[in-house]
Amino acid sequence: MLFDNILIYFVLIPLVMLGGVALSRNIKQIRAVAVIGSTALIALSVYLIYQWLNPTPEAAELAAAHDGMYHYASWKWFSAQGLNINLTVGVDGVSIAMLLLSSIILFTGSFASWTIAQPKAFFLWLILLSTGVFGFFITIDLFTMFMFYEVALIPMYLLIGVWGSGNKNYSAMKLTLMLMGGSAFLMLGLIGIYYHSSADGQYTWNLLEIANNNAISTGWQYFLFPMTFVGFGVLGAMFPFHTWSPDGHASAPTAVSMLHAGVLMKLGGYGCFRVAMYLMPQAANDLAWIFLILTGISVVYGAFSACVQTDLKYINAYSSVSHCGLVLFAILMINTTAMTGAIMQMLSHGLMTALFFALIGMIYGRTHTRDITKMGGLMKIMPYLAVCYVIAGMASLGLPGLSGFVAEMTIFVGSFQQGMADYLAGGGSLRLVFTIIACCSIVITAVYILRVVGKLLFGPVQDKHHLELTDATWWERLSTATLIVCVAAIGCFPNFFENLIRGTFDPEIFRAIAMNF
Amino acid sequence: MDYSQFLLMKQEIALLVVFLLVFLYDTFAPKKALGALSGITCALFGIYTIAGFCTCVTGVSDTAFAGMYATSPIIAMIKNVLNVGVLIVLIQSVKWVNNDSTVVRRGEFYELLLVTLFGMYLMISARHFLLFVIGLESASLPLAAMVAFDKKRYESHEASIKYILTAVFSSAIFMMGLSFVYGLSGSLYFSEIYGAIGSVSSPMIICALAFVIAGVGFKLSLVPFHLWTADVYQGAPTPVTSYLSVISKGSAAFAFLVILVQCFGAVYEDAWEWMLYALIILTITIGNLFAIRQRNMKRFLAFSSVSQAGYIMLGIVGMNAMGLAAMVYYILVYVFSNLAAFGVIQAIENNTGKVDMDDYRGLSKTNPKLSFAMMLAMFSLAGIPPFAGFFSKFFIFTAAINQGSIAIYVLVLIALINTIISLYYYLLVVKAMYISDEPSTIERFKSSCTDRVGLIITVAGIIFLGIVSVVYNHILTLAERSGLF
Repeated sequence: MLFDNILIYFVLIPLVMLGGVALSRNIKQIRAVAVIGSTALIALSVYLIYQWLNPTPEAAELAAAHDGMYHYASWKWFSAQGLNINLTVGVDGVSIAMLLLSSIILFTGSFASWTIAQPKAFFLWLILLSTGVFGFFITIDLFTMFMFYEVALIPMYLLIGVWGSGNKNYSAMKLTLMLMGGSAFLMLGLIGIYYHSSADGQYTWNLLEIANNNAISTGWQYFLFPMTFVGFGVLGAMFPFHTWSPDGHASAPTAVSMLHAGVLMKLGGYGCFRVAMYLMPQAANDLAWIFLILTGISVVYGAFSACVQTDLKYINAYSSVSHCGLVLFAILMINTTAMTGAIMQMLSHGLMTALFFALIGMIYGRTHTRDITKMGGLMKIMPYLAVCYVIAGMASLGLPGLSGFVAEMTIFVGSFQQGMADYLAGGGSLRLVFTIIACCSIVITAVYILRVVGKLLFGPVQDKHHLELTDATWWERLSTATLIVCVAAIGCFPNFFENLIRGTFDPEIFRAIAMNF
Repeated sequence: MDYSQFLLMKQEIALLVVFLLVFLYDTFAPKKALGALSGITCALFGIYTIAGFCTCVTGVSDTAFAGMYATSPIIAMIKNVLNVGVLIVLIQSVKWVNNDSTVVRRGEFYELLLVTLFGMYLMISARHFLLFVIGLESASLPLAAMVAFDKKRYESHEASIKYILTAVFSSAIFMMGLSFVYGLSGSLYFSEIYGAIGSVSSPMIICALAFVIAGVGFKLSLVPFHLWTADVYQGAPTPVTSYLSVISKGSAAFAFLVILVQCFGAVYEDAWEWMLYALIILTITIGNLFAIRQRNMKRFLAFSSVSQAGYIMLGIVGMNAMGLAAMVYYILVYVFSNLAAFGVIQAIENNTGKVDMDDYRGLSKTNPKLSFAMMLAMFSLAGIPPFAGFFSKFFIFTAAINQGSIAIYVLVLIALINTIISLYYYLLVVKAMYISDEPSTIERFKSSCTDRVGLIITVAGIIFLGIVSVVYNHILTLAERSGLF
């Protein structure tokens, strides 16, 4: 039965929320629906984590039969003889981590848009977007994954276009077309996988079956891997397809920036990991160098770009390009440590960047400018927000005890290991060189973070009107405090999150399969 | 002669009965009772449409009249799809056809429309070129009269002349092709042609094919035979435009597939595979590029429908039942999406007379429901999930790739890149309605009851046709039993 499966509620709850918001008569009811719904989603993800860490024997048995996918279930959707499309769900540690991240960001995003104009339409689109996100993370069927992926993309157009600021028409169109352009490549890649992955003539979209069949020939892998990797990579802001990100984030309203940078960009990394790399290990192994170079450029170039921007949102958007580049970079290392780091980085960056965008939105809402040259001394005026900003900055530049350190440390250690191993085995020094280059981004990150903190929070007050501004309201405090707690939790208890992630997909599988060709 | 053969033509006969009833009522009813004509036509056609789905119609698979006429479940299905579209067009046209300048001639409108539908039925069912040409002509010529229906508008006349000249000219080209075909095979039966031309291509076959494709390509408005489309769509009364863009196109697409597969299927790879690729690429790309610059909504949808025809053609590429099913499903979804868009355009045109995209600015603030319907229609046409357009596009691409060669991948990639271009211009409409800050030039109005019914049906179709998988599964089952391949 459909409703016996716990995972389906990740889509049903947002759908109920959509109905609730549509029926709401005033802003209070809308807020209530959003908060209750997102709290329920957080509760659901926490329950999933609990189950994942302490599985019942039946659950463990079911998971063992499905490559470690918990709560696996599959319902027929489109007929078997033609398309064989199913709605297949299942989660492992990585998806659970992403579900938790998404529900936290949705929760805090609801608080961050407490006083938005036209709340009904806004929340409808926002919740539709998160329906797509949750659906994407629970499904393991290529068709349904792709469908949810696109469901998550299109609301962005209206959210940015209607509620955005600045050059919003241009940004919204650019973002939508670039992401849809990526998904055009992705669609071709997925259809190609469908037709070339069958072992016995029965085509399938099911991720696990495709992986088990392991029947995509090397030639087709060389064609399909770039298609899917680039398709997802566009959303992961991979150089040179990152240009939608700064404009899009700069124009988007606060909650949308949070969700987009916090969760949607993770869809890209997750997709690269779960579809491109997992299904086509041979090509992933052989073609990794191309994408390593591109993502390496993302990491460093994003960081340098952030250094020269003066708009707070642009700074943070470029820093997202750099950090998300690091996610893809680490995935391409095909090394357990680095991949664990990549997932940690997704979590860490999601929370941290959501915190940043929330704070920027709050500051912008008060000062009506995001230009750091026109602001200063905010530490005296709004100490709470300023302290939060410093904490977010510290997390971003990798202060131990906060999430950024854990994630980046793991990534660089893993990458260096792999680079060294490659080099010693005579496999060239590309990984090693790019690891060292990517490491430089830590320093550059420190430069732009400290520059912003110095200019914005300390120093003389630039505009005396700012002296009359107030500090955070209770909902803003709640939103930011939640995120800070999460960031600190990852920083202080990395072991817990690592247990959650590790052992899901032992990335050695990739190697083993690749070598057996 | 065995008269029981007529029993196979249930749908044609039922349509004729509807036609006759409407005609007789229009002619003999007392003047006071004529006000009910629209209602009666819609009701009769509605009953007929629903009855068309019963198994005694859809379950038959046979040929009649020495193989000139064929019916099968998938043929009954495509006719039913067209019926649903025509029903929506009829409902949407009630307000327009009852205005002062057309009210006295509304009977003509209904009769002409039903006659053209009859012609399309014959095109779909024909297995002999003679019957096909009869269908083609009776589907084209009365349409010219319908295009000229707004007697007092200059554009309407101009469009009509353009339409009829192109129609006649392309018929002539089509006949030319037929004469070649006849010369090649000595027969006009599809099956005999198939047998006679064998599986080896020759310049003569390519010549014949080029003429035949040009002739049918006109009805489908494939590039380069599309030049009439924009002007005719713009000039014709909006209900006629919507009829032209979905029903006429859908029927021609199916008939086209039947001709190509049944007569020339054996020389596919030798003779016309590349022709088809070129046509598809040209149609999609040029339709899209021209649509970007249009400001008039009807011209805009004209070019959008040109490019949609290219996508429909992708169903032929696969040369299998999946492609056929994807095509029929695509037409079904396209009927709903395009008619939703035309429904909104008509509602606005009837109430305010405005058809420019610039007039739609800020529409969401004055007429939120109409803008919502329009937005869904645009999303569905662009292929955004969870709306039906996404599923139909995905299925037609999947069916096309089934062939498997690298050339198909390139073709589909070009089509996919074109969906991004099309998304751009569909979003322009959404942008005008939702994002533009300018105050709306269209005041709040209450659309008529029939407009609303039409929009509710189409919007429901857009939302549910994709998610509810029964529809596609059913079409696929029928397509696999079609015996076409």
